[in-house]
Amino acid sequence: MFYASLRPLDHLFRSPYQFFSDDLSFWAYREMWSTVPMLPRYIFNSFFLATTTSLITLLFVIPAAYSYARFSFPLKNSSLYILLAINMFSGAVLLIPLYKVLRTFGLLNTYQAMIVPGVAFLIPTAIWLLKSYFEKIPVDLEEAAFVDGASRVQILSHIIAPLSTPGLVVVGIYAFIGAYAQQFLFAITFNQKKEYMPIPSGLYEFIGYTTVKWNEMMAASLVGIAPVLILFIFLQKYIVEGLTSGAVKN
Amino acid sequence: MNKKLRSFNSPTFLAYALIAPAAIYILFIVAYPILETIRLSFTNSSLAGEDYVGFENYEKMLSSKKFNKIVTRTFVWMFFSVSLKLFIGLIGAVLLNANLKGRSMFRVLIMPPWVVPIAIGMLGWLWLYNGYFGIIAGVGMHTGILDGPFGFLAYKQSAFISTIIADVWVGTPMVTVFFLAAMQGVPKDLYEAAYCDGASKWDRFYKITLPQITPVIITMSILSAIWTFNSFEIIWILTEGGPRGATTTLIIDTYKQALGNYKFGRGAARAVVVMILLTLFAGCYLALLARINKKISHG
Repeated sequence: MFYASLRPLDHLFRSPYQFFSDDLSFWAYREMWSTVPMLPRYIFNSFFLATTTSLITLLFVIPAAYSYARFSFPLKNSSLYILLAINMFSGAVLLIPLYKVLRTFGLLNTYQAMIVPGVAFLIPTAIWLLKSYFEKIPVDLEEAAFVDGASRVQILSHIIAPLSTPGLVVVGIYAFIGAYAQQFLFAITFNQKKEYMPIPSGLYEFIGYTTVKWNEMMAASLVGIAPVLILFIFLQKYIVEGLTSGAVKN
Repeated sequence: MNKKLRSFNSPTFLAYALIAPAAIYILFIVAYPILETIRLSFTNSSLAGEDYVGFENYEKMLSSKKFNKIVTRTFVWMFFSVSLKLFIGLIGAVLLNANLKGRSMFRVLIMPPWVVPIAIGMLGWLWLYNGYFGIIAGVGMHTGILDGPFGFLAYKQSAFISTIIADVWVGTPMVTVFFLAAMQGVPKDLYEAAYCDGASKWDRFYKITLPQITPVIITMSILSAIWTFNSFEIIWILTEGGPRGATTTLIIDTYKQALGNYKFGRGAARAVVVMILLTLFAGCYLALLARINKKISHG
């Protein structure tokens, strides 16, 4: 199975040489830029969208996750479960009203059309993940500081912020990868403009043509996902830990 | 705990204030659309405008043979996809859990389907399934299994199977990782005791591992049923629901009605059906999770 899971990627690497050209060159990697003239733009868009989406997500998630980790208040548990439930609604079901809302605000065919719904679907998991990181910081530290007369702001900036940096980085990267992965659906639905397309929908357009240059298509896809792949390989341990602890245990 | 500390630890107002931005955002982007979808399902809304039509959308939808077929197809598709994912995931987790050499390499190997954005992974599968240039047809022709180019996505049955395989490829790693985490949580002394009593490897798996991880197996089957049910990109990129509707599931049908034809009303009625089914799944999942957590906290 592990072999099988690797196969497609492995084949992609080999594909140009087996079927399209005799010499083992990176020919496809050179040609693709002219076949898909907007490719640099797509790559930029993908990164731009994923970065903004994940940063905005963090902005919403940090205070909420801190609150869930530290305070007890009415409806805490049920609202946490509601967050989990939201995760199960795919964006596909809610596209109709979202489409109408975006149209009313004149946001169709803009970057915002892809960022705004993207953030909403990343918030729930990100809160669960970050909450578990905040919980690992001992409350005693904060209490001690409080007794010593530190203000909440001081506690946040001097104790919480430095201690939670690793957690923030992991959650930020989770959000980045998530934002990168979910681009397709929102992009094909809310955006028709080439100059705003991320990689997946940009390349998808070319599949419709009669003669698809598969090798170049594959090369372009690989270039587009390489950065995310590398990020993930470095961080897989933390991400796996966080995800499994959120969904199976409490 | 002194008074000052207690007030430090339970400021309800502050707690809500910190959650408010996220909550309001989700209310606006998720909760409002849910209500709006329900409202739209009782109208004939389109780009032109909308009128209230009562249950017309639902009556038409439920009485059409095509829709009933789509529902059946969705569940058949889900059944095969989910059971394959669980089966392969279980085997994978057992292999990963056994102290084999090169285990860390295995871990890296199960990553691609998970990390590669689904949409891009599917572009790769599109090529694999291609009748003329794809590697599968290529190997088939080379070995004589196929006597000519064969487009796997061009025929009803093979397209149905092909989309399931691609979906299993995407979903299995997640399942494997969860199973593995569960297996590593099984107390070691159970195995040691069984080993002393002379239990065989199979016995130890069947009588210790399996019962111990049953809660996770059940949770994962519901979770992956939900993910599979929601699966949109895989089918959309591979076949757009074709050929002749052979791979049109509920989600695909909803999308086509709503944003292919801009018949928002009809699409909304389908979306409501999807949401009801999802709510049922999610309810099962959350009820289970609450029970498991209770068990854990009671020891």
